[in-house]
Amino acid sequence: MAKVLVVTSGKGGVGKTTSTAALGAALATAGKNVVLIDFDVGLRNLDLVMGAERRVVYDLINVVQGDAKLAQALIRDKRVPALHLLPASQTRDKDALSEEGVARVIAELREKFDWVICDSPAGIERGATLAMRHADVAIVVTNPEVSSVRDSDRMIGLLDSKTEKAEKGERVEKHLLITRFDAARAGRGEMLNVEDVLEILSIPLLGIIPESFEVLRASNLGSPVTLNNPMSAPARAYFDAAKRLNGEALDMTIPSDRKGLFGKLFGRRAA
Amino acid sequence: MTEAARPRHSIRFHGRSYHAMVLAPEPPVTNWLAELDTWLERSPGFFFGRPVVLDVAVLQPGKQGLAELLQNLAGRNIKVMGIEGAEPFWLDFAMPPLLLSGRQTSAVPGDDPPAAAEAPASAPFSGSDPDAAAALSDAPSLQGDASAPPVAPAIPRQPNSLLLDNQVRSGQCIVHPEGDVIVVGSVASGAEVIAGGSIHVYGTLRGRAIAGSRDARARIFCRKLEAELVSIDGLYMVADDMPAHLRGQPIQVWLDGDSMMMAQD
Repeated sequence: MAKVLVVTSGKGGVGKTTSTAALGAALATAGKNVVLIDFDVGLRNLDLVMGAERRVVYDLINVVQGDAKLAQALIRDKRVPALHLLPASQTRDKDALSEEGVARVIAELREKFDWVICDSPAGIERGATLAMRHADVAIVVTNPEVSSVRDSDRMIGLLDSKTEKAEKGERVEKHLLITRFDAARAGRGEMLNVEDVLEILSIPLLGIIPESFEVLRASNLGSPVTLNNPMSAPARAYFDAAKRLNGEALDMTIPSDRKGLFGKLFGRRAA
Repeated sequence: MTEAARPRHSIRFHGRSYHAMVLAPEPPVTNWLAELDTWLERSPGFFFGRPVVLDVAVLQPGKQGLAELLQNLAGRNIKVMGIEGAEPFWLDFAMPPLLLSGRQTSAVPGDDPPAAAEAPASAPFSGSDPDAAAALSDAPSLQGDASAPPVAPAIPRQPNSLLLDNQVRSGQCIVHPEGDVIVVGSVASGAEVIAGGSIHVYGTLRGRAIAGSRDARARIFCRKLEAELVSIDGLYMVADDMPAHLRGQPIQVWLDGDSMMMAQD
């Protein structure tokens, strides 16, 4: 049974696209058939983060408007064959997305894949509402800071009112993903801590992704962090989150690179 | 350029409720008017300066009949401020507006002490009358003897509070002008709850709570105060003006005359 997952946040720059790519890759390596859809029409990024920017021929707009077939637009990942990408258009704007067209594309993808992951643009306008429209599951990405938390709260409200499921009286399953978390700074009170964020948003926690240079490095290399360095702290956090999405119950931990670093330092000193 | 970009100050609208007397003529109109005349002979100027609402739900006079009735009342120096129970097409532009959503309350000096205290001052003519109170309470129906004891009409109180089981999320606006609002969860920053009566928040109040748009006695309660703004009956207090030691505390907000009071519960 295919599940449509939307990765959303309201605020920009919190890690929606990074999380989409990392979770998608993690689910695909676990043997699921996954497609990632970039809904950020006009400001597409997912193709870059996935390292597929040189292979884009057709995009979501072409498929929605019927100019191209879905099979022509889907890009299969070179590293993980079960992972696919449906890129956005960089030249068009969000008005080119029609509601019926998006519904048709999602319905078609539901038949072929286990997970259809929609990378939502920032904001609450057309692109974002269309991305969440058909979702069964939503991941709300939040940084531990007040503006991001408030925007996420707004997004949760929209998920409860503007989605197809909500209009049928059902509920979209919602999960919270806290990204760019720095335990030391949260401890010093420079960041909201996890309890604060959970108290404000009160939706179940899917994972806590630690702040790490590995994320930026992977993005610049055009590879999801879960593929680029699967043993890094953020990658391990994303793998855990993907397992929780598949229904596994895991203890919530915040993976850290520190031990490894200390290990290296001591290792060098010893040598 | 900056001129054009400057945002306009928005106009503020406030709800306010008043006591008005309701005249409900009964058919046949000629008899009712004759009764009114005998009444006015005894207390001339009784209606002087009083807000009067005309309820024609029983009479059903029609367009023509309503115009005649208004003329008849004007001839007796009764100014009608609004009409209730009429079909919209009976009214033309020169007539008083059609009032909806009115609710029966007690007779004018009934259980509302401020109104009773003001009544003699604002109605000098009835002030001289020893049984003014009785006259006032009988006035709306214009029936029975002026010396009859005041009848205490039953106040039909529907359970009209709004219970919200979930959190109120940022950007949501809950408007319930009919009564109290009870929120079992929290009210998020950027959310707004507007109630005709009191507001009860059993979580953290982080957004705005605007209570008592129809009732200065309304209160705001919350388990934990982190509010951006609280307001009762048009008076408001922003987060900056709230006492610092009450932040994060369970509190109660109420009005004492024209000042807003806030205390830990």
